[in-house]
Amino acid sequence: MSTTTIPAAKSREPLYTGAEWDFSTLQRINDACEEVALGELGLTIYPNRIEVISAEQMLDAYASVGLPLFYRHWSFGKHFAHHEALYRKGLRGLAYEIVINSDPCVSYVMEENTATLQALVIAHAAFGHNHFFRNNRLFLDWTDAKGILDYLEFAKAYVQRAEEKYGEAAVERLLDSAHALMNYGVHRQRRRAIDLRSEEKRERERREHDERVYDVLWSTLPNKPAAASSSTEEQKRRALLQLPQENILYFLEKTAPRLQPWQREILRIVRNIAQYFHPQRQTKVMNEGCATYVHHRILNRLHEDGRIGDGALLEALHSHTSVVMQPDFDDPRYGGMNPYALGFAMMEDIERVCRAPTDEDRTWFPDFAGCGDPMPVLRDAWAEYRDESFVLQFLSPRLMRKFRLFQVTDDAAEPVLRVDAVHDEHGYRNVRRALARTYDPAWTDPDIQVVDVDLGGDRKLVLEHRTDAGRLLQEGEARQVLRHLASLWGYDVLLREVDPSNGAVLREHAVSPPA
Amino acid sequence: MQILDRRLNPSGRSLPNRQRFLRRAKALVQDAVRDASAKRGIRSADAGGEVAIPLHGIREPTFHHGDGGIRDHVLPGNKEYRAGDEIPRPPSGGGGGGSEGSPDGSGEDEFRFVLTREEFLDLFLDDLELPEMAKRRLVEGSDPAWHRAGYAVSGSPANLSLSRTMRNSLSRRIALRRPKPEEAEELREEIERLEADGDPESRLPALRADLERLLRRTQRIPYIDPVDVRYRRFEPVPRPVAQAVMFCLMDVSGSMTEDMKDLAKRFYVLLYLFLQRRYKHVELVFIRHTHEAAEVDEETFFHSRETGGTLVSTALEEMRRVVADRYPPADWNIYAAQASDGDNASGDSQRTARLLTEVILPACQYYAYIEVGRDGEHGMPGFPRGPTDLWRTYETLVAMGAPMAMKKVRHRREIFPVFRELFQKQPAGGEGARA
Repeated sequence: MSTTTIPAAKSREPLYTGAEWDFSTLQRINDACEEVALGELGLTIYPNRIEVISAEQMLDAYASVGLPLFYRHWSFGKHFAHHEALYRKGLRGLAYEIVINSDPCVSYVMEENTATLQALVIAHAAFGHNHFFRNNRLFLDWTDAKGILDYLEFAKAYVQRAEEKYGEAAVERLLDSAHALMNYGVHRQRRRAIDLRSEEKRERERREHDERVYDVLWSTLPNKPAAASSSTEEQKRRALLQLPQENILYFLEKTAPRLQPWQREILRIVRNIAQYFHPQRQTKVMNEGCATYVHHRILNRLHEDGRIGDGALLEALHSHTSVVMQPDFDDPRYGGMNPYALGFAMMEDIERVCRAPTDEDRTWFPDFAGCGDPMPVLRDAWAEYRDESFVLQFLSPRLMRKFRLFQVTDDAAEPVLRVDAVHDEHGYRNVRRALARTYDPAWTDPDIQVVDVDLGGDRKLVLEHRTDAGRLLQEGEARQVLRHLASLWGYDVLLREVDPSNGAVLREHAVSPPA
Repeated sequence: MQILDRRLNPSGRSLPNRQRFLRRAKALVQDAVRDASAKRGIRSADAGGEVAIPLHGIREPTFHHGDGGIRDHVLPGNKEYRAGDEIPRPPSGGGGGGSEGSPDGSGEDEFRFVLTREEFLDLFLDDLELPEMAKRRLVEGSDPAWHRAGYAVSGSPANLSLSRTMRNSLSRRIALRRPKPEEAEELREEIERLEADGDPESRLPALRADLERLLRRTQRIPYIDPVDVRYRRFEPVPRPVAQAVMFCLMDVSGSMTEDMKDLAKRFYVLLYLFLQRRYKHVELVFIRHTHEAAEVDEETFFHSRETGGTLVSTALEEMRRVVADRYPPADWNIYAAQASDGDNASGDSQRTARLLTEVILPACQYYAYIEVGRDGEHGMPGFPRGPTDLWRTYETLVAMGAPMAMKKVRHRREIFPVFRELFQKQPAGGEGARA
């Protein structure tokens, strides 16, 4: 794996000509990409597995959130129907690829792709995304790439067995409820390394342990009369239940009094999957930026070496530019910041700062401006940051000017919107901070925690939404989610929306479980 | 690096999910399907296709922020704004086109997706069935189906049953004591050993004779003999008639307005769809009549106007002719639906009744009469509009036990309920649907 020099390489054979490809073409493309990725860019990757699938299979994969196998649920059918309708009408093309954070790293490529698109896809997914999965701290800490495929297999089989044993309706109700709380099924602070492969064994052990220690005699003991609750007792109780608890699904799995063991296990499955996806939600910009930058570098190098033709490069650039297009806010196509556009622009910008910094860059990025080689800087960023911190750290004034970013404050109490900061000397830091915050789940997701429950008394579950900037929950849906929560908990549920600055209760939602 | 070809994996992996989704949204989808079907022509009414259902029924709720409070947006593409500028609030309250709104732009309130033809019809005609009397001629078929039926000693090579043949061969070889190859081999080895050792001469000739006998026997008793060979046998089983013809009879005289024809058309569409579900092949015959009747194509049937009197019997006569010409009742399941506003020339009732009872009804699986009327023609209180001539005629027939159904329809929305009433699954032992 050595870096090839341009003049020597000029004479190399083209990898393919025309749009047709076969499996040996894919192999050659992969080898050529690997040479550039591992040699010139210094990436480290999981072993690659490239699977060729048809368009229909791609739609299938879409429907189950991109996972190759997943348990059955109507909502996946709904998503499938939706994607299919859009696809058939030609409103939306299919993704060229889907890549799974697993070891080996599985990339799905579509059979309809041309040879050039396959090269683009392999460079993008099998090297760009793969490197990111393999190196980013969030993925290393929170996901178990080796175990995920086996775990999905286990989850699918477990849910299916539960359906056979307890009926599809019961399992569907449970999954509905669990999905409603899926965003509240993740630990945001690190507890221990995840090991999905032993999950199946642990499930068995838990059940065996329960069966072993079960003794009917215990249930004949008279209940201790509930002592008058004092504040110290309340504190003890909370400590015992690890309250407050932000991982609502975890809390239910461990504490909900009326759940059957299989129901707890399914909550656990939903929670583990949510946890698996948590890093992806936080690294969309970086992940896509990394992959797009990598495919851009690789394809340009292959072209310089004469391994792909001019036409192929133009075709690749055509796809590339439509992916990294950022419409303006007043454009009808605007749908928020495009993570591909922002991510790719930031990676290129870092490269520019490393190679040809301006004075402005030197003041903003003294650590690496003018260091010459962008790859160590990029690799470090890809390993150690998430979107929020990455934007906060690396978004340059030049890029803010290029995107013409500006910050608008929308205060519901005021009749007009106010432009707070624009891309100028006074605004750079504000704009950057505000943009970074939109990638922070702690800011975008409502902060809801379980704060109290009286297991000895009426067992009412109390949750608290610590509001931020006066933003309350959308009431109708919140009540629906609470109904799901109440059906899992089995008793009354109360959600208080409080202002954390003074503890004032802004709104309360009380829901009883369905009879 | 591995490259795998997954294209040959079974597709339709998400089919169970889709079925679950359709079951979940059944009521909503059913309404949508019925709406959609009202807008199509008869022959294309069952094509499947896109339907839209309200989103609220299938929403997956999550906790998220509602309106209100303070929120920031960072937007690209600033044109003229400076810090401190004020922007009038956009009417939708979305705050500069920020976080709200559906991400794919397909509208907030509707969920659009495509149903296959099968799914479409399943939902559309859920829990309907042909009335019992329609099963009369279902089993008189000409085109047989072939079913497996044991084994035969003769047949084509493609049908050779290897396992059965080998089984016979094995038992025959055991019964006739065909020597096993190993036995001969053993003997041969023994002989060779003795020859090499060369000591007791006495045993060698006996062994050689044994070997010869064994080989001879092996040759005489073949490994597979023609008597072993068996073929898989197939037997023809008559298949039920899988074709039907549907007669659409309609009065097109001046008293039938476009509205009334539209009502009739809707009924025909439903019947056609329904028949298509039961029969592989359904033909349509359109017969319109004034004081004379003619077979026409669909376009003319619904859209061209005729003037003249009204003689229902002419249409029945024409139907009789067409049936005799092209659709022998022995081979065809015949369905007829007649739509009319109920007018008939007064002298014609007798003839109509006679034709029906003697010729048409015996040939038909099912005969439905739909009387269409204008909306709001229910009559003023105190002045009820009496039953029409045709209605009275048919009522006496039904009272006498003729196998036909009759219904009145005054508005588009009544079509489907009426149709359902005619074809609803009957409780066991129930009689055919009647007016």
